Amino acid sequence: MVRCFLIHTVCPVSALSAGESRLLFSRVFGPDEGVLTEQHRGLGPEERRLLRREKTAVVARQVRSAVSLSREASGRPPVEAVPGEEALALQEAGSGAVRLRAGDPFPEEMSALWLAVQSLGFTLVCEPHENLPLAEGTLRNLTRHCLEHLHMLGPGSEVLLRSDRVDALLSRLLPHGQLLFLNHRFAQSLEKEVAAYMAK
Amino acid sequence: MYSHGSESLIKQARDIQEAELKKFYRRLAKLLQGKELGHEAMDSLQRLHLILSATKFTRTLPAELQKGLLPLLSSPVEQLQLLSSAVLRETLPLSGEELNYTQEDVLQLNSHTAALLLSQAGSRADLSSLCAQLLRSLESRQSDGPTHSLMQTLPILNTIITHSPECLTEDHLTLLSKKIVDWLRYASITQGGGASSGGFFTGPRSRQPVPTAELDGTVSGDFFTVLCVGQGFTDDQWMNVYSFSMLRHWLLTYHSVPSGSTIADAANRPQLSFSLSHSHSFSNDDRSEVDGSVVSMVSATSSSSRLLPPKERLREKAFQYCLRLIEQSDRKALKRTDTELQKACLVEAVCILDCVCVEDTSLVYRTFPCVKALFGRLSSDLTFARVLLPIAQFYLNHGEMAAVDCESVWKLVFGRFPAELFNSPFLAHELLRFLRLNLESLQLRVPEYTRSFPNLLKFLAWDSPAVVDDFVDLLPSLVTAETAVELLHTMLDLPCLSATLLLQLRSTCSPISEPGGRGLLSLDAFRSASLRGLFLYLLRTEAGSGDTIDRLSTLHELLAEAADWPRVVQCAQTVPVLLHIFFSAVVMIADEKLSAHLILVMLERSSLLLNIPTYIKEIHRVFSCHLLRLCKLRPSLVVDQSHELLEFAGTTANVYSKDEIYTHVVWALGEYLSVSSDSRCSVRLITSCFEALEAVLFEITSSAPPPGAACPVPRVITTLMSALAKLASRSHDLIPRVSLFLSKLRTVTRGGSVAWCTDEEDLVAIVMRGEELWSLLKTPGVAQSVLTPPPHVTTPQWHRDTNLSMPLQLRTLTSLTHTQ
Repeated sequence: MVRCFLIHTVCPVSALSAGESRLLFSRVFGPDEGVLTEQHRGLGPEERRLLRREKTAVVARQVRSAVSLSREASGRPPVEAVPGEEALALQEAGSGAVRLRAGDPFPEEMSALWLAVQSLGFTLVCEPHENLPLAEGTLRNLTRHCLEHLHMLGPGSEVLLRSDRVDALLSRLLPHGQLLFLNHRFAQSLEKEVAAYMAK
Repeated sequence: MYSHGSESLIKQARDIQEAELKKFYRRLAKLLQGKELGHEAMDSLQRLHLILSATKFTRTLPAELQKGLLPLLSSPVEQLQLLSSAVLRETLPLSGEELNYTQEDVLQLNSHTAALLLSQAGSRADLSSLCAQLLRSLESRQSDGPTHSLMQTLPILNTIITHSPECLTEDHLTLLSKKIVDWLRYASITQGGGASSGGFFTGPRSRQPVPTAELDGTVSGDFFTVLCVGQGFTDDQWMNVYSFSMLRHWLLTYHSVPSGSTIADAANRPQLSFSLSHSHSFSNDDRSEVDGSVVSMVSATSSSSRLLPPKERLREKAFQYCLRLIEQSDRKALKRTDTELQKACLVEAVCILDCVCVEDTSLVYRTFPCVKALFGRLSSDLTFARVLLPIAQFYLNHGEMAAVDCESVWKLVFGRFPAELFNSPFLAHELLRFLRLNLESLQLRVPEYTRSFPNLLKFLAWDSPAVVDDFVDLLPSLVTAETAVELLHTMLDLPCLSATLLLQLRSTCSPISEPGGRGLLSLDAFRSASLRGLFLYLLRTEAGSGDTIDRLSTLHELLAEAADWPRVVQCAQTVPVLLHIFFSAVVMIADEKLSAHLILVMLERSSLLLNIPTYIKEIHRVFSCHLLRLCKLRPSLVVDQSHELLEFAGTTANVYSKDEIYTHVVWALGEYLSVSSDSRCSVRLITSCFEALEAVLFEITSSAPPPGAACPVPRVITTLMSALAKLASRSHDLIPRVSLFLSKLRTVTRGGSVAWCTDEEDLVAIVMRGEELWSLLKTPGVAQSVLTPPPHVTTPQWHRDTNLSMPLQLRTLTSLTHTQ
């Protein structure tokens, strides 16, 4: 299962300190694991939410660090794609996987797959036994749809003001965190539904 | 992409004032009371969501607003369902107003309400009742019920069993096993959505159902799978996709081997014998009775499967499904995305086959031919590398049992993959994970593993930050007595390997001569026939062909310009950490000979490193630490290797260029060159050591440092003085020489500043140490016991020591017997 999907900054943000990342969208799937473990049994819903937020912040920071090191190592100048060039942006996007050790921040070991498009990172946190090739494909697909439907290559802030669109996308392509084996026909059918939602 | 606009929006949301917020809540609550909710309501809901999610501290909504939001969850407009669910997820439920988990209208449970229920679940009981509801609705579902609610059932269940597998009862498991079997194996094989083969003029009566097609366009000849396409899909075909998507997780959770079974699994076992007597093929919802007339190649062999209990049946059907997928993946898909899907399906199929073979080892004989054929098909194509890893796992788990030769698999995993695919991040991640998970097994069964470190380290050399964590776990297993020295050399030259890999890639991409371009010296060297051998040594795939090369310094010179390449610098930063791990591991297995060899390597390599500014300093620090550690563990090493250590300590240049190591070598000599460490230590040895150190001390304290060098570090001087004093305390006729030097030092420094020490405080410290040693040496007997303490002082034995134990015993008895 996918534990969470995040959209966050991977560029320096003036209001934040150097290594930190601003979360623009975060969706954690499934029940709160804190409810079922001995450790966190005593926490109320407010504290559990805080814990959830802290965990996603940790993931975002780690991915930010991985992205900047990866970009530094490759030494390639960043490609500035404009709205309409989503396919190019995706092609030029850096990608990788970060190993999140058990306890840091999830109780079990996780793999955080990331795709970095210019100043934003799209991250999928998967359980280690997950089918990573499928996860990578799903991440690329999700990113492409987000870039297109939320006009993310432009200066707008739709990802903040139209977050319901991302939720709609996730409910079709990654329902409750379930990765789906979709051939092009199944995918087309779901994407038609998504497009219908976006048109409203 | 991320603009000031976005940043200021977030800031506004976080900093919104109480008063304004309350006003906003009131307005929204009013809007929600209206009959029709238009754009203003939607936008306000969006704003509310932004405000709530912008901070990590939870805001509580006023009761009337919450009450207004709840009905939206079942609104016919999806956007309202979505927005209300998203908003409610970010806030706390009103006590007493939590969603009722036993609501009867769960049949209308939409995806977004379910998401809210899941995130608000406060206990296992909540999840259990949600499961029970979902399965009730699944059982009693009308065939014309809403499709969406059916389709999300499996994802919801899957996420629940991830956290809490006990939420499903026995009956649930049986029901779901049967349903999944139906969906996987008996989904309809005709296209849904009213597709027909007829043209424009054919009437409804002559509409023939069109069979589904394979990815290459041919008509499907067997049961429906995720790799079948059609114009439209029926419900059960959708369920086929959802079932397969969660199949592996289901098998891992409920079909694991007894020793690691979950509660539900353990409870399942007695049920099996019970259920065998209730032949399940007579139940109504089992569609295997109406097996289609389509000739199925895969399923023809398993006609007896309908007599199996549900769990075994599911296993059998999963097995067949995977074999079919493997066969289907051989077809050339017409679309690129489908080719990628085929690869993902192969990975999943092999993993599921591995899973079922672990559960039922009799399946291994039926599975291996297929997996072997698949390996044969894919092994020469590196684009399938990520598929070959699960195949390697399969071989590792079952190869021994099936007595299959796995050598070609390991040649690929330890040979070609690291050598040719070191720069693909996902393969690196997966391969290293594979190694980590199977470490014990690999060490036992695959001898190639420990010899393959020159190849495996290429992953580290290329992308250190991403994989250093994996190597922290893997490195200890790569340390063996036979290859430890070569491994040490390889690790010290990791930045060189990093540069070489870059050159290798550059060499294949760029033309032989760059017209008018700034040619890289290192690239030319890489391509030149005479120097190529140096680089080829670094690029070797296996250990065993020599610890290192002679012309290492030449190699370092050639790669000098690489010292500021980002990848090389990142690599250099991870080496010290891994060296610590290396030494900690090697100390456990090294004998006297190996320890001596390692000390020599450290001394030799301290001046033979790629010249990256902080790199050399860091390596020296690591060396110092572990040199000392080795000497502490085996003090006789110092006497053994005294010749080489003295050579190092007697070279004055080392004081300036390697002060850290120099200090530690001198300290070790002073501490361990004594009869108590090794009986072979003669007076002559002590004297020659003394003379060597004395000469260096004279030299560095009699004149200014050589041009270009800084003053010697004060600690070097004090360590030299202490070492000389220690040696003198063991051979008393050396004492006058030391005392003379120390008093001379005091005189010289009284005259003011000296050329070899610029800092006032440092000079004072040096002189003070000199005076302490001088006064100590005035009484040789005391000096000896202080500077060369007998072992029973340095390794106290407490109760085992006859001198100490008696008083301790008496004191204990007294305190026990005294009644006050």
